[in-house]
Amino acid sequence: MRCSSSMNSKDKKGIYVHIPFCKSKCHYCDFCSVVPSGDIIDRYVDALKREAEGYKRKNKIKADTVYFGGGTPSFIGAERLSDILLHLRKVFDISPDAEITAECNPSSCGGDFFSRLIDSGLNRISLGLQSADPRERKAIGRLTDADAAKQAALNAKKAGFNNISLDLMLGLPFQNTESLKNSIDFCADAGVTHVSAYILKAEEGTPFYEKLSIEGAKKMNLPDEDAVCDLYLFAAEYLQEKGFEQYEISNFCKKGHISRHNYKYWNLDEYIGLGVSAHSFFEGKRFFNTRDIDEYIKGSKPIPDGSGGDFEEYLMLRLRLAEGLIRHDTERRFGKGCFEKVLDKAKKYKGTNLLNISEDSISLTKQGFLVSNTIIAELSS
Amino acid sequence: MSNKEFIRNFSIIAHIDHGKSTLADRLLELTNSVQSREMTQQLLDSMDLERERGITIKAHAVRLEYKAKDGNDYVLNLIDTPGHVDFNYEVSRSLAACEGAVLIVDATQGIEAQTMANTYLALDNNLELVPVINKIDLPAADPDRVARDIEEFIGLDCSEAPRISAKTGENVEAVLENIVKLVPPPKGDENAPLKALIFDSYYDSYKGVVVYVRIMDGSIKPGDTMKMMSTGATFTVVETGYMRPTSLQPCKGLSAGEVGYITASIKTVSQASVGDTITLVNNPAKEPLAGYRKANPMVFCGIYPADGADYESLKEALEKLRLNDAALSFEPETSGALGFGFRCGFLGLLHLEIVQERLEREYDLDLISTVPAVIYKVHLRDGRVIEVDNPTHFPDPADIDFIEEPIARAHIFSPPDYVGAIMELCQNRRGVYLDMVYITPERVDISYILPLNEIIYDFFDALKSRTKGYASLDYELAGYQQSKIVKLDVLLNGEVIDALSFMVHEEKAYQRARRIAEKLKENIPRHMFEVPIQVAIGGKVIARETVKALRKDVLAKCYGGDITRKKKLLEKQKEGKKRMRQFGSVEVPQEAFLAVLKLDEQ
Repeated sequence: MRCSSSMNSKDKKGIYVHIPFCKSKCHYCDFCSVVPSGDIIDRYVDALKREAEGYKRKNKIKADTVYFGGGTPSFIGAERLSDILLHLRKVFDISPDAEITAECNPSSCGGDFFSRLIDSGLNRISLGLQSADPRERKAIGRLTDADAAKQAALNAKKAGFNNISLDLMLGLPFQNTESLKNSIDFCADAGVTHVSAYILKAEEGTPFYEKLSIEGAKKMNLPDEDAVCDLYLFAAEYLQEKGFEQYEISNFCKKGHISRHNYKYWNLDEYIGLGVSAHSFFEGKRFFNTRDIDEYIKGSKPIPDGSGGDFEEYLMLRLRLAEGLIRHDTERRFGKGCFEKVLDKAKKYKGTNLLNISEDSISLTKQGFLVSNTIIAELSS
Repeated sequence: MSNKEFIRNFSIIAHIDHGKSTLADRLLELTNSVQSREMTQQLLDSMDLERERGITIKAHAVRLEYKAKDGNDYVLNLIDTPGHVDFNYEVSRSLAACEGAVLIVDATQGIEAQTMANTYLALDNNLELVPVINKIDLPAADPDRVARDIEEFIGLDCSEAPRISAKTGENVEAVLENIVKLVPPPKGDENAPLKALIFDSYYDSYKGVVVYVRIMDGSIKPGDTMKMMSTGATFTVVETGYMRPTSLQPCKGLSAGEVGYITASIKTVSQASVGDTITLVNNPAKEPLAGYRKANPMVFCGIYPADGADYESLKEALEKLRLNDAALSFEPETSGALGFGFRCGFLGLLHLEIVQERLEREYDLDLISTVPAVIYKVHLRDGRVIEVDNPTHFPDPADIDFIEEPIARAHIFSPPDYVGAIMELCQNRRGVYLDMVYITPERVDISYILPLNEIIYDFFDALKSRTKGYASLDYELAGYQQSKIVKLDVLLNGEVIDALSFMVHEEKAYQRARRIAEKLKENIPRHMFEVPIQVAIGGKVIARETVKALRKDVLAKCYGGDITRKKKLLEKQKEGKKRMRQFGSVEVPQEAFLAVLKLDEQ
């Protein structure tokens, strides 16, 4: 679609920092992570700082979100995380009200971990729960007991974090609406403000994928496609009932607690990715780092990934949000006409339960989210 | 011009994969006919497709010079022939141009269906057979057994038969010596009126049609006015010459006994049909050589460009292919489902596959083809008889008195272990058992009368899979028989998809309909709505499946900012859409069309 952007980069960036270390690797995970040995963590942290240095400008680049993702950021300890953040503050102009998140694993955030994070300025925690059901947890190789996650959430709260997210997975082996309801209740009881609920996908190259291709879905007790759809719709309904509003395909939050960092991705705002395998969208260009940790530590150059920020990307990303594509914002960024074209294509979905269409916005319904690939492909072709 | 005494015209006949083209390569090398730097494998199989599939599609001819052990220089004209039943007519014309044939038998496999079929063709043409046992380098080779089989079953003396390895070159010279010794020199009278047999022709963009001939009587030279005896068309000879492995070598003229080429500014190969006789306008021959017949297409299907915009390119490609393939026929047709395309006629299923593959590879076209059909004779109640090769033209059942379908006499050669499986397959395909002969204890010849439409419908694949590839098939047409043929229509979301209609025997209709519905269900992606698939005879639905509505597509995380990955996924989705055909509201991928072409009914 030929719609060009007149203005897109908001002046405040997001900063993503990838921490590629875990105590052990989950069966389904295809993110870049390793179980570390020797002094690799410290060498890695040095490399991160070096990469950040590259963004030093006379007028510091402004940022208002920082996100430590992984891997397991908590695994490297509060001291190193604080150290990295301190360094980032030297390079970037990070707003006082910035959202600063760290993904944590309940098994590596004991002791005074949370209070030290609070002290260094972090204000949001994202904890991996995946499921509260022991059988489901075991099936995906989660080592800890679910209660550890609840305990971690409570500890974080006690330390002063009032913005905590839990990750859930949908479509796990053995999962049914009953067990999913328990997992959601578990989140609500833990008093968190945000829940992410991702549908499990067998990514090529993971042990989970191998097992699936050998044993088949049935033997692994994976719910079938229809059951997964039902789980997803149930989760969306039930989370809402518990006060978590759906604001993106897989993300739900209490009022005012969206993930500001992730929102930047979905709103086609710019971000700087630091660390191995991290992706960036900066000054109109997309690029990413190697997935090889040793290469990265040696200082490999980022790999260009073309320019970003066109309308097609905007459409694709905005439709992931519950608010969808909004005429006013679209026209402000891409001029008149773009919205109309999409509106025209969307008309064939009138009368279905897949799209909400009005003169001012187009958005996917819960059912629509499930087939978002097909719909987005159609609306953007 | 060469002395007839020292000419040997021969071809090589063999079952597929028994090493014909490899032996031809060795003969070229031994006679120094090619520089080693020009040597590629299977030199005579010049099409990529021929090399890849290991089959010869077109006949080829080459002139070799050989100094034999008797001290004389011989001219050996090798006329290579296609090995497949679809091209039997070309084989028989090639053989008619020779006095002898080298019969290659694989020392590991022994006598196969086409060994026999080609042997019979050679004997019909009174050729002297020169048996050769090939592949003695293989561990499983049993040349003694194979020699015994040839002696017992074909009645050829194999005591002198060279045992060779065309692959390693071992003992190949003995083949040349045997050709010189056993194949008689050509007869014919150079002073008689000209009779030249056309055994091949091809279109060259500079010379026009290059006609390969064997001069039976008389002689011809540039400047002569020649006449095609079947059509009476006349042409002035521009050039005569000999075929060299990689080029044409002009000569002053050709005379009785020789093999060579003629060019005469002929525009299309159909004006120089294989099997026709050339004579001269001054001093014409009274009678043409025996056996000319037009190669008629037996199998038909619709070929459509996957992208409607490629219609003109498809048309041009077919026209170019026809320049070299007189047996290919095509005419425009329109399908409600597939748009503009062509109804094409072929000699057989292999011919069809080859043409399709050449269109896709050499002309870079993306094609959709419909289920192959044969020619049915439909007897109407009003007494008229119409020939139907296209389901679209199938008359209203109420108007039909009865229908006849073409049948074939099939010979299947196989190890005895598979007799049961083969008979079951033939029975299943409405075959009528004729005979079973043990050629050797390891080889049995099972003959059946089979409807041609059963043979063209993935019979060969089914045979191969039931016999682990050990069985071989040969067939010849055996007229027509009355048969209950019905037309099946496929409906998607209530609409008839004409391109999926086909004709089938009533007995098979239910089974076939069910399989088609299942296959379509497997191959049609879920839509945003439910898609009913129905298969019907007339108005009566006999099979039904449903493609459930799509509820979920891949929900990849959009995480860590890897937008590109997500974008690629979207691109893939759109690519996939492009490969689909829109039928009303239903999108059908090309694979669905292929799937209904291959339904092995286990």
